[in-house]
Amino acid sequence: MSSPFMFEKPLGMKDTLPLLYERNEEVISQIAEEVRLWGYQTLHTPALEYYDTVGAASAIHDAKLFKLMDRQGRTLVLRPDMTAPIARVVSSSLKDEPLPLRLAYNTALYRTQEHEGKPAEFEQYGVELIGDQTVSADGEIMALLISAFEKTGLRHFRLAFGHIGFMNALFTEVVGSGDHVHALKRFLFEKNYVGFKRYVRKLPISALDKNRLEQLLSLRGGPDMLETARQLVSSPNALRALQEVQEVWDVLESYGVSSYMNIDLNVVLHIDYYTGVVFESYGKELGFPLASGGRYDELVPKFGRQASATGFGIRMDRLLEALNHIDRPSNQERTLILFSKERQKEAVEEAKQLRESGKRVVIQHVAGIEDLDAYTSTFTHVIQRIGGSAS
Amino acid sequence: MNEWITIAMPKGRIFEEAAALLRKANYPLPDDFSFGRKLIVEAPEAGMKFFLAKPMDVATYVEHGVADIGVAGKDVLMEEQRDVYEVLDLNISACYLAVAGLPGERREQVAPKVATKYPNVATQYFKEQGEQVEVITLNGSIELAPLIGLADRIVDIVSTGQTLKENGLVELETIEAVTSRLIVNPVSYRMKDQRIDEIVERLSQIIEGGES
Repeated sequence: MSSPFMFEKPLGMKDTLPLLYERNEEVISQIAEEVRLWGYQTLHTPALEYYDTVGAASAIHDAKLFKLMDRQGRTLVLRPDMTAPIARVVSSSLKDEPLPLRLAYNTALYRTQEHEGKPAEFEQYGVELIGDQTVSADGEIMALLISAFEKTGLRHFRLAFGHIGFMNALFTEVVGSGDHVHALKRFLFEKNYVGFKRYVRKLPISALDKNRLEQLLSLRGGPDMLETARQLVSSPNALRALQEVQEVWDVLESYGVSSYMNIDLNVVLHIDYYTGVVFESYGKELGFPLASGGRYDELVPKFGRQASATGFGIRMDRLLEALNHIDRPSNQERTLILFSKERQKEAVEEAKQLRESGKRVVIQHVAGIEDLDAYTSTFTHVIQRIGGSAS
Repeated sequence: MNEWITIAMPKGRIFEEAAALLRKANYPLPDDFSFGRKLIVEAPEAGMKFFLAKPMDVATYVEHGVADIGVAGKDVLMEEQRDVYEVLDLNISACYLAVAGLPGERREQVAPKVATKYPNVATQYFKEQGEQVEVITLNGSIELAPLIGLADRIVDIVSTGQTLKENGLVELETIEAVTSRLIVNPVSYRMKDQRIDEIVERLSQIIEGGES
């Protein structure tokens, strides 16, 4: 193999070419408009943050961070997520703003890749609702996600949501606290149900308790399933979590979006980051989740402000792929006005008029083109203003 | 319910055994899958499409969602660390991952070398043992490595131990028992939940030991 070409990019980095860029812009604007109509305000934060603060508070595993050093020798990270930067902003620049805050962002995130070909930089559109601990906040976030998806034209998608509090309470009831709880959660996080069941079978607990833990794996479905879940637990924490799930479901029904929803009480998106309702969304057209989110009440207090938080993040690259099958009217129309020197004024005037009517117009001196046929073929309309006087 | 379920299967014996399990679970599959030159075979009555893949690649197909479910050895799942649900132990093609080497005492070396097809598994295992080794990745004929002095030990799959014996190697440590697992793409697990839950349920009924 030869050495990298001068135009080769670092692993996991991608160029976005005009066609895809414009499609991305279009989808972003559809989402952004909906988010704006729901009263969310967009902000931007720097790509570099201190490792000691934002890097350490981030939910992303240390090994996946891009780290570098500033001139003072302090370690920096390329932001791996936006929740930690937003928690920082909410606790500093926005610390006097009354809660709840409704914030949105659209930005690139950086995570080192595990497998070849997976992006190390990807765009995420997200919202955060800071300082509202009611279930209506959890419901609003999911309803907004669904509403934004609908605006993009996405069909055949689902959201599955669960409650980390239920799982924690069930584990605490059955195996107390400590290593066993962590091990059980890790199996679920790694989606290793075979390992989970084996581990449960070896635990020094009654057959009844083993059964309770195994039942967790099948707690999926609609609100009817919650009754089954109630039979498995007795602690106030577990019952409260189930009550919250029911209430969130009711909120979602009032938004008229429950037909998109599933309840899934064994969703584990992260070992110890989320504190309440968690959710993930899936589209029929793609093998990877399109968006995820949930409640993370312990993050903002780490930055010194007592505030709960919930939010979602949409992986724009995946959403675009999922939308790829949708036929849409092309907005790729571009007009070319070819002119020669003596008719430049006419060409400029004509372009101005066309642009005022919303057309995309390129004016190009004919002498500046090397291959006329190749160049004109990239336009949908070609107008020639060459030689002689205007006809 | 009329959705197709696409299933990625490893070639060879595991495919036959897994297909037999599905038949036993009352899925109407053809008695003889004649793949011939075809890469994908449909079993319309069962609503299933099958394609054959290299065993090491099955988890990759499932992670990317081009297959909804797949049959993959635990060795592959440990090595590849793909983001898929491991929902059921099919209890077929049992074997285990082991460390093997030439009999007799080991010579002191600057960096003991271990040859394997499973670099991630081997690296992780020796880290856990607190032993420094250099892991050398090979794509086949792993048993050859100690015989010709490339490495003093190997990490490989052992089923009967016959291959090791024929090459004068002895098993030194067992790393992990391996069987084939039913794996599911995370999106299919939610979008096609009814069909997939049914497949898991019916298969778990007939698998010995009654895994649920």
